[in-house]
Amino acid sequence: MVLHNKKLAALCLAVLVLLFALQFVLSSYMILAATRILILAVFAMGYNMLMGYTGLLSLGHAMFFAAGVYASGMVTYYFGVSLPLAFLIGILGAFAASLIIGLLVLRTQTVSFMIVTLMFAQAAYLTTLYFSRYTGGDQGLTLPTSARSFRLFGQILDMTSDLTRYNIAFAVFAVTLIGLYLITQGPIGRLFVAVRENEDRTRMLGFDTYRIKLVAFTVSGTVSGMAGALYGLMFGFVGSSFAAFQTSIEALLYTLIGGPGTLLGPLLGTTVMTMLIDRLSGLTTAYLVVIGVLLIVVTLWFPAGILGTIRNRWLPWLK
Amino acid sequence: MQDLKTHSEFMLPRRKLLTGMAAAGAALAAPGLVGRAVAQSGDVIKLGAPFHRTGIGAAYGRWYERTAKAALAIINEQGGINGMPVELIIEDDGTDPKRGVEAMEKFAAEHKVDAVFGHLFSHVVAATAPRAGELKMPYFLCSEGHALAAGAFNRYTFQPCITDVKSQISSMAPWMSNNLGKKVTLIYPDYAFGYDHRDNMTAAMQAQGGEIVASIAIPPTETSYTRYMPQIPFNTEVIYHVMVGPGVLTFVKELGEHLGSQRPEIFGFIDSLEAVALDIPQLDYLEGTYFWEAMPRYAQAEQNEFDKFYREKVGVDANGASVDDAKDVSTFSHMFSVWETLFAIKQAMEMADYKGPDQKVAMLEAMESITGFAQSNEFPQGDKVFNGKTHQAFGHQNISKVVDGKLELTYTTSIDETMYPDETDYTQMSF
Repeated sequence: MVLHNKKLAALCLAVLVLLFALQFVLSSYMILAATRILILAVFAMGYNMLMGYTGLLSLGHAMFFAAGVYASGMVTYYFGVSLPLAFLIGILGAFAASLIIGLLVLRTQTVSFMIVTLMFAQAAYLTTLYFSRYTGGDQGLTLPTSARSFRLFGQILDMTSDLTRYNIAFAVFAVTLIGLYLITQGPIGRLFVAVRENEDRTRMLGFDTYRIKLVAFTVSGTVSGMAGALYGLMFGFVGSSFAAFQTSIEALLYTLIGGPGTLLGPLLGTTVMTMLIDRLSGLTTAYLVVIGVLLIVVTLWFPAGILGTIRNRWLPWLK
Repeated sequence: MQDLKTHSEFMLPRRKLLTGMAAAGAALAAPGLVGRAVAQSGDVIKLGAPFHRTGIGAAYGRWYERTAKAALAIINEQGGINGMPVELIIEDDGTDPKRGVEAMEKFAAEHKVDAVFGHLFSHVVAATAPRAGELKMPYFLCSEGHALAAGAFNRYTFQPCITDVKSQISSMAPWMSNNLGKKVTLIYPDYAFGYDHRDNMTAAMQAQGGEIVASIAIPPTETSYTRYMPQIPFNTEVIYHVMVGPGVLTFVKELGEHLGSQRPEIFGFIDSLEAVALDIPQLDYLEGTYFWEAMPRYAQAEQNEFDKFYREKVGVDANGASVDDAKDVSTFSHMFSVWETLFAIKQAMEMADYKGPDQKVAMLEAMESITGFAQSNEFPQGDKVFNGKTHQAFGHQNISKVVDGKLELTYTTSIDETMYPDETDYTQMSF
């Protein structure tokens, strides 16, 4: 197998080593925060596949996150399915949702695409409320105590243990990062970028751009749903707020801040945003104003995001 | 060109901006990265307060915070708890379940508080309560949800000073049935909060020999309600409404336009109009209608000394608004729960001679052993019965009538009227 972009591969490896080592030095609260950051970073990485690499700005990725949350959470809640199997079902649910919705929404482009993805997501959100008898609606479903641990290779893994949770989140993040590295830095990734840069020219060269976009959309939705499944199972709660518009915007912001079209940008963006909200909310009630100003600053001075700016100026391999 | 140059002089160079942002980020991130100095057990009692400072519950959060600070000042003036001062640590949960869980984790792992209290919105509570149990953190709700009493949570979660929605509704139904009518049309938001009211009111009215003649669920996205009005049957004797959110003013206006002067009786929950002034033109149609209140917003003719003391300390006038700004209307029917919960925590900690987290279990067992609270400055809403098995309080409920744009107390239930059989027993659960 040819390893494209070896410098980025080395950086990704260094980041993974650093993330693994963090659990030995961070305070207990920061481990909890880092766990959440890793899961949300997976969500943003999924979003980045579509928005950053393929140039399709979706406003409805909450529905895929929620598809993972609900598919995994409901089979656990109603049928007592074990957590690893529920996690896989969550991924499958998100895959099915993103494939079917992708087939429909990819008939639109640019602003229409944004609006249609937003409408599908709103419909999904309202569906979770409408069928509240099963989904728990806005009150949600709290997973039972029996769903807070599972057996894997003879070991009982306790989801209430901070370190267990961190390492599971780390493992999922690592697999996602490696998988997306292989996709984005290889031939398929080049096709995604080709569609982003000039779809007409890509089509003229003989590629089926609809199919390329569908692959990107499905991978993006499935990865987002995987993050949702992990989040729901790890925190033991399934609720319609995961499907709300705000969730879609969070993925967009994490990607914008970190750098759309950079593999590690979503991790950086998620870390910056999560820690800013966490720290600032303890200092001032106007923390959302500060974050708003930051977003304006980033949009004006660094439209390519933090890592995107570094890539454009100094490190072209950082993509 | 000159203009461009002048303009660029005012622009911050990107490199400086980057450096500045990185430095600010590092400064913000540094505290807590590798742990922070934590007060030793016995120094101070730390209570975590995850209030809804932003999001849809922001009005409640603002008043919960004011009320908590007022109660805390009194507790500290009186010497704190077991000789230790009490410190309040507030985090904003954005009225969001995800943030609610984050706040709980921050209280447990970073601030290392002794207990957490003050969550109101039930979807935030539903997400946070299981995590509180996992973190073994005493968690005191100031919500109205029935999930706790139904056995959905854990031994660490209590609701000692506000009644749940089942208790509230089931005690309203007999009065409604006897005084307003037996044929009821329900109008409620089409999500779980509304379903709680629909299900409990339907059961309660049927128990009274009444009948729900229509059950109208309105999606939360609606901004106009005109098309729902014709669904109100002509034989309706009472309209029961629990619409909440910014659309409530439009709802009342359109209800008035549809029904006119030939209206049936109307009964609502004050949740619809918490933090909203009643004497505004948009709400004229509510004149002569009835509301449930946990604690009367307007000081009544027979105001007792406890209500007077509580209003003075929190800074609320006789109309339930801030003494500093008459337009800043409080969430009077809910925020007393924060005040009373602080005194309930104090009582449990004193019973257990609580000095630090090692005595958490003793404190929780002390709370479970409490059977009630007598009306006092500490419990100004009224007497309460506390059920240590279900971790849920029961108290008086009030029915008020809108007269001249104010709420006039019409009827107060006994506590017996609000009771229902136990649905769980948390004392059988291990810590």
